[in-house]
Order: sequence, then C-alpha cells, then structure tokens
Amino acid sequence: MSTGNMNLTLQVWRQKNSKSAGKLVDYKLSDISPDMSFLEMFDVLNEQLITKGEEPVVFDHDCREGICGMCSMFINGQPHGPKDLVTTCQLHMRSFKDGDTIVVEPWRAKAFPVIKDLAVDRSAFDRVIAAGGFVSVNTGNAQDANNLPIPKSKADAAFEAAACIGCGACVATCKNASAMLFVSAKISQLALLPQGQPERYRRVQSMVAQMDEEGFGNCTNTGACEAECPKGISLENIARMNRDYLSAKFISEEEV
Amino acid sequence: MSKLNSNIPAGELTQKWTKYKSSVPLVNPANKRSLEVIVVGSGLAGASAAATLAEMGYKVKCFCFQDSPRRAHSIAAQGGINAAKNYQNDGDSTYRLFYDTIKGGDYRAREANVHRLAEVSANIIDQCVAQGVPLAREYGGLLDNRSFGGTQVQRTFYAAGQTGQQLLLGAYSALERQVGMGKVQMYTRHEMLDVVVIDGKARGIIARNLITGELERHFGHAVVLGTGGYGNVFYLSTNAMGSNVTAAWKVHKKGAFFANPCYTQIHPTCIPVSGDHQSKLTLMSESLRNDGRIWVPKKKDDPRKPSDIPEDERDYYLERRYPAFGNLVPRDVASRAAKERCDAGYGVGASKLAVYLDFKANTERYGRIEASKAGNHNPDKETCMRLGTAVIKEKYGNLFDMYAQITGENPYETPMRIYPAVHYTMGGVWVDYDLMTTIPGLYCTGEANFSDHGANRLGASALMQGLADGYFVLPYTIGSYLSKEIATKPIPTDHPAFVEAENEVKATIDKFLSINGTKSVDHFHKRLGHIMWEKCGMARNREGLTQAIKEIQDLRKEFWADVKVPGSADEFNPELEKAHRVADFIELGELMCIDALNREESCGGHFREEHQTEEGEAKRDDENFAYVAAWEYKGVSEFELHKEELNYENIKVAQRNYK
Repeated sequence: MSTGNMNLTLQVWRQKNSKSAGKLVDYKLSDISPDMSFLEMFDVLNEQLITKGEEPVVFDHDCREGICGMCSMFINGQPHGPKDLVTTCQLHMRSFKDGDTIVVEPWRAKAFPVIKDLAVDRSAFDRVIAAGGFVSVNTGNAQDANNLPIPKSKADAAFEAAACIGCGACVATCKNASAMLFVSAKISQLALLPQGQPERYRRVQSMVAQMDEEGFGNCTNTGACEAECPKGISLENIARMNRDYLSAKFISEEEV
Repeated sequence: MSKLNSNIPAGELTQKWTKYKSSVPLVNPANKRSLEVIVVGSGLAGASAAATLAEMGYKVKCFCFQDSPRRAHSIAAQGGINAAKNYQNDGDSTYRLFYDTIKGGDYRAREANVHRLAEVSANIIDQCVAQGVPLAREYGGLLDNRSFGGTQVQRTFYAAGQTGQQLLLGAYSALERQVGMGKVQMYTRHEMLDVVVIDGKARGIIARNLITGELERHFGHAVVLGTGGYGNVFYLSTNAMGSNVTAAWKVHKKGAFFANPCYTQIHPTCIPVSGDHQSKLTLMSESLRNDGRIWVPKKKDDPRKPSDIPEDERDYYLERRYPAFGNLVPRDVASRAAKERCDAGYGVGASKLAVYLDFKANTERYGRIEASKAGNHNPDKETCMRLGTAVIKEKYGNLFDMYAQITGENPYETPMRIYPAVHYTMGGVWVDYDLMTTIPGLYCTGEANFSDHGANRLGASALMQGLADGYFVLPYTIGSYLSKEIATKPIPTDHPAFVEAENEVKATIDKFLSINGTKSVDHFHKRLGHIMWEKCGMARNREGLTQAIKEIQDLRKEFWADVKVPGSADEFNPELEKAHRVADFIELGELMCIDALNREESCGGHFREEHQTEEGEAKRDDENFAYVAAWEYKGVSEFELHKEELNYENIKVAQRNYK
C-alpha cells in the first residue's frame, strides 16, 4: 500500500526570491500512491531533489488537516486543486490519473507577493484584521456567558462565517484579486452577533479602508471566490458587508 | 532537590489563588509602559498572553514561525474546552473539575495548579463569548455542552468540530487589536533559536528571520514561551508539520529544567497509518466517542465487512471492561485497550492495526427522537437512519468529511477505522506556581510547560489550560517578577551575552550547511520517530528503553556526520529550519527514554510493561514515584534528576477506577 504506480509530470513555479523572475520547471515523478496527499507527493519530489543535490521546492504548509490555512497551491488553474471544499493538504492523489501533467503555481495577487517558489506573503490579511476584525473587550471584563442568549440560528450563521481559514484562495481565484470574501466573513461573524454591534459600522469602514490600502481589487460578483473556497464561505457575506458599508455612510459620525 | 521550589502559596487550597491575586505586587501604569515582555509562540497560550499583557500596558513583542499568528496549531483542536459552569445542572463544580483532572492525570499533577485551573475555567468561557467566539448554542439561545472522556458531567463547550479554531481566532483577534494599536510588535516567520541569559536572568532571545535568514537580537525584561508540545519527536503525530521543541529545548540547555518528558499522550481515535509516505496523522475528535461505539470482531482475522458481522459477534471491549464509563474512559485507558485487542489479533482493516468506531446505534436512536418530534412514533429503520444521519452530520460533519477525504470511505455508511496516535505531551519545561522556569524571568505556558495534566491529560483540557495560562494566570504572576524590575533599563543588544548567543546560533547554522552529507533531514526524523514509537510509545520496558538510548545516541552521531541541508543561511530555507528542529528532537528523544527508564512504575500515558495489574491496568508506585522528575542539562547525554515531591492534601490518592 505504501508505494503506488502513478506516473506524473509536474510543472512547478520556481522563483528564487521576491525580486527575481520565476519560471515553470518540469519534474517527472513515478510510483506515486493514490493514497498520498498532494503535499506528500511534494515531499517525495523534494526528497528526490535533495538527494540529487538540487534545491527543494519551497511551499507553505503546516497542520496538513485542512484547518490552519497555510497551504496555498494553485493547481491546474484552481486554488487547492480540482476538488470542492478541500485544501491542498487534504487533496489526495486519487483525484488525479496516471500520466497526468499537473501545473502548480503560487497564489497570484498584487497584495500577496511571492516570497520563494510557491510561498507567498499573506500578511495583508493580518493587517486587515488588525484594522477592526475584533470586539474591543479586554481580558477580565466579561459577564457570565449565559447572560447573553443568542438565537441558535444567529450563532450558527456567525459560526459559518467564522469558519474561514484565511488561506487566500478567494483572492487567488478572483480575476480582480479581491479580498471581499475574506473581509466580509469576519465582518459578518461579528455583525450577526450582539457582541459585535457597538463597533459594527466603525469596523466595516476601517476594514474596507485597510483592504483597499493593501491593494486588493474590487468585487464584480463573478462568484469564483465562493466556488473555490475550501470552507464554503458564502457570497451572502459580501452582500451583508456591502449593506453595512452603505449603512455606515448614512449614519452620523457620532454613531459610527 | 534544594533547587526546586514550587512556590505554592500557603493556606487552604480553595483560597490560595484568591489570596495570591490580592497580595501579588502591582506595577503602576507608567512603569508598565517601560517594561518589555517577549512572547514566543502565538497559539492559545501565547496569543492570549501577548494580548492581555499589552492590554495591561506592557510593551510586548510576539514571535511565531508561521506566516500569521492565526496558523498556530491550537487551531486544529477539534472537540472542545472544559469549564466548571454547571450550566447543565448535572452536579458540576470547581471541585469536581479539579478532582477529575487530578484523577485523570493519574495523581501526578500539582494540586494547587490544577485547582487554580478549575477556578478560572469559567472566566475563559465568559471572555471568549464576549470576544464574539461563536460557541455552539441550544434553541433557547444558551450555550450547549457535551461529554468528554474521564468525566460523568457535561462540561465541554464546543464549536462543531472546530473549537480550537474558534478560540484561537478569538485570541488572534485580541492580539491583532493590540498590534493595530501599536502595543504589540508582531514578528511572523521568525523562529527563536536561543534565549539570552544575563546575570542569571532571561533578558532576551536570538531569533532568525526565516525569510531573509538574518539573525536578530531582541531584549525583554522577561521572556514567555508558549511554544507548544513536542509530539513530533515521534515523526508521525497529530501535530502540525512545524510543531517543534526547539525553543523549549534551547532554554533547557541554558538552565531551565525539563519535567516529566516521558509523559506523552497517545490519542485513541486517529485515522490509521496507510503507508510509508505518510507525513502526519489525523485525529478524529474524542467527542465522537459520545455517539460512536468502539468494537472489534469476536473472531480473530474476521474477513467479513463490518456491516455483515452480527451484534452478538462483536466485542464492544470498552463497554465490556469499563461499564461505568464505557466508551468515554480517559485517553490512555482507551488507547491501551485498542492496542491490547490488536496485539491479540483482533484488529481490523488491511494493516490489522485498527478498531471500529461505529455510529449506527446512535444514528438510529437520534432518528427515532427526530421522527417522534415530527409526530411519527413508529418509524421504520430506514426513516430512523435518514433522520439520524442529519443529526450526526450537524454534530460532526466536518470530521466525517475529513475522514472520507483521507480514507476514501464513507463513514456515514461504514464504521470508521481508528487507531491510537501521538497527540499531546504532558511533560515540558518545569515551572513553579507562577509559571516561571528555573531561569528567573523566563516563563512557560500552555502545552510547552509540564504543569497541570500530570501523567495523562483529559480531553478538552488543553484548550482550557492554554487560555487559563495566557488570559488569567501569567498576566498576574508575571507582575510578581516585573515589579522588581522597574529600575532595570533596557539592556543594549550589543551586550556580550547577546553577541555570544548569536555566535553560537550562527556556528550551528554553519555546521549544518557544511556537513553536506547524503541523507535528508526527514530521513533522520523518520528513523528517530520509529525508535521512539517502537520503544518509548504506548508500552515501554527496560530492555527496549536501554536499546533506544543507545540507538538515539548513534543516530545523533550519524546525523551530525551525514545530514544534507541544501541552500544557504541567508534565504528562506525550510530544510535548514527542519535541521534545527530535528537536531533538538534527537536530544530530547534521548531524555524521554532516560526519564521513562527512571520511572519504574506505570502511570497515565507512561506504561511500563513490568508494572501492571493482573487486569493489565497501569500500576503506580506512590511510595517511590509520587514526584515530578525535573531534569537539568549537564552536557551531551548528561542529565541530572531533581525531584519535586507531590503532596496530596485534599484528594485521597487511589488507583484509578473507571469500571
């Protein structure tokens, strides 16, 4: 079971650093098992490269169970590859066929510069969160949690938005490199909950401003982000964010 | 022994923390602004500490090796977080959570620390809900709970199978809020490679910028580690690929004692190994044991599909052996029971190293309830299964999807196959009641320290401890130290101690790159993992451990002679990062075996085959081993044992009984 019989051709983006130009390089792999994850297939490639004295391919990854949001490959033109609702680390080689050629590129967006090979800099997302993706409550001030009943439907909807893993697939797949799905998911989570109300309109304004400053594009409602999101984050969040953003404009300064 | 003082406050157990808080020295706001604290790690323990310290007014620098603090492996915790809220009115209390945790830890944890943990557990839930963490709720709008192993109450709060994610994102948002205000300076893609000690006190760190390769010196009046556990010493574990012991090991080599390294938790319900290519193992949350029943066929090597094996030919061995707790026995007990069945030849699946986790009975039961709610009091089986599957899907959908994705099987139709895997490490850097290590000014929180779980951690207690340490304990206790540091001016980083520490790190990096051997870092890591799993895993014995120590020493020599680290020091070089981590894992692995060999008893996750009851349960030796084994680094392969006696004044020590 350990070794398989798939033979593959990989075309992998190699780029020395953020300043150099990159290119696609071909690699042949054999004896790949369909039970391997896509990243384990890359482990095999890297082991071979190291043994041959070449530099292994740099790619981001950590938990390998689809929750940390660190892995980020653009596979055959799709972020996280061909399967719906999975990250690259949860994509298995049984989703490919013997003899396939697979093209692997980094996320491509102005706001996500390539660091090396397939790894990109997504710190723009942290700065968007730092601009307002929180409830301003210091440690030690909280009332008893059950003093604030929240309807199950609201709590569930907030959870669904909060399930975003911040991987950036939405940006990578968007022709405008828009971060609206990511930003709106956080805004929605907090807008749906009573805890988020006091800062609701201030939050949407400052997060959107930061999003624009980072160089993300605008949303033209093509819906690619929702289709490619490994966690199924809904476009409804973008509608909610736009509604709140618009409302914020009509609310007097003091209320925001 | 004189070197270890746990600094547990005097007085009655339930009053210790309250009295401590009202008597601990304070630091006034103006002084806080000039005191700098370094926090290494941005998981639940690190992020919550960094955010809270900054809220209090300290100047904070926070470091993580990932590209964002939100990636820390706390994010992957699935099942839940315990808190003594008694929302279910099932008799829970601070004392019961305290008692369950001490008993679950097989009477090898400190009473005072664990009681404090139970006391602050309720505050954690309040804090997280105030931050907007969407924990699961009932239709009435109040918080929902579920059961976890080793308890008879429902005190576990959760967010589907993604509790760690939601709690971490709460702490992350609190941290980013402070970053936005300029009160925390965040250093992502930075790895701590040494601690700087000046005049016996921790005064800073050497960190490597992982993108540029530059070595940086950072001063702090105090340094806090929240760097997680060392389960990856086994190569295959449920930890993230980057989880490592390096920060903890570096401070150990600079003087911090390392406690109970042999206490490792093997989680009973993980997806079994499928082949040599495997890079990590995936947990199936303990919460599944609420509704999943564990069994193997009564017949050895039964070739039938699980669905073709009739009820009376199945051995629900946990329900058989432990009727009072059934499928919800603690993790160490459940893991050993699975190993026992598989070793005896009753394992299932291609490797025969797996048991079934079967949801059918409870799916049908839920279906019956749902049908009844809809007015159908006599539903057929098919209706029950259809309605019940929807309930199961809502509770555990993401876990079932993950299982299907990894194995290619549909767990709604066929039972899951599961087997134990390395999951958590109870051992870690020794700390006193203040969470301070044996190096003054150096603190350790969360999984990285040894403090609260004894020899076995109960489910849903890691998230509790990480957040307790970071939000509610360390921010108080660190004041006791920093209040005496208000006159200390920031030490310039051209101080000889910084220069020397940086040179040492640089020399190690140069060494790695100059070996130019024939085998990759992963090659050595896999071999180390194999030794550890076979000889220092679920069951250990004197002979195996003695062999393992020798094998690890040989492996270390081979590593330093034949490892191949490609690339250079001044660039993004993940192989170089791994080389540091694996070099430290090799040294730690040796200490784990030494500790396991020293502990001539079985307790919790540490099972010595020589010490078991007639029924195969762990047999403690309270007379000789009711102590914390804290090891002092004395040089390569040389460690000196210090003992901290454990005194139980409030709990009667007994053999654990889950029957």
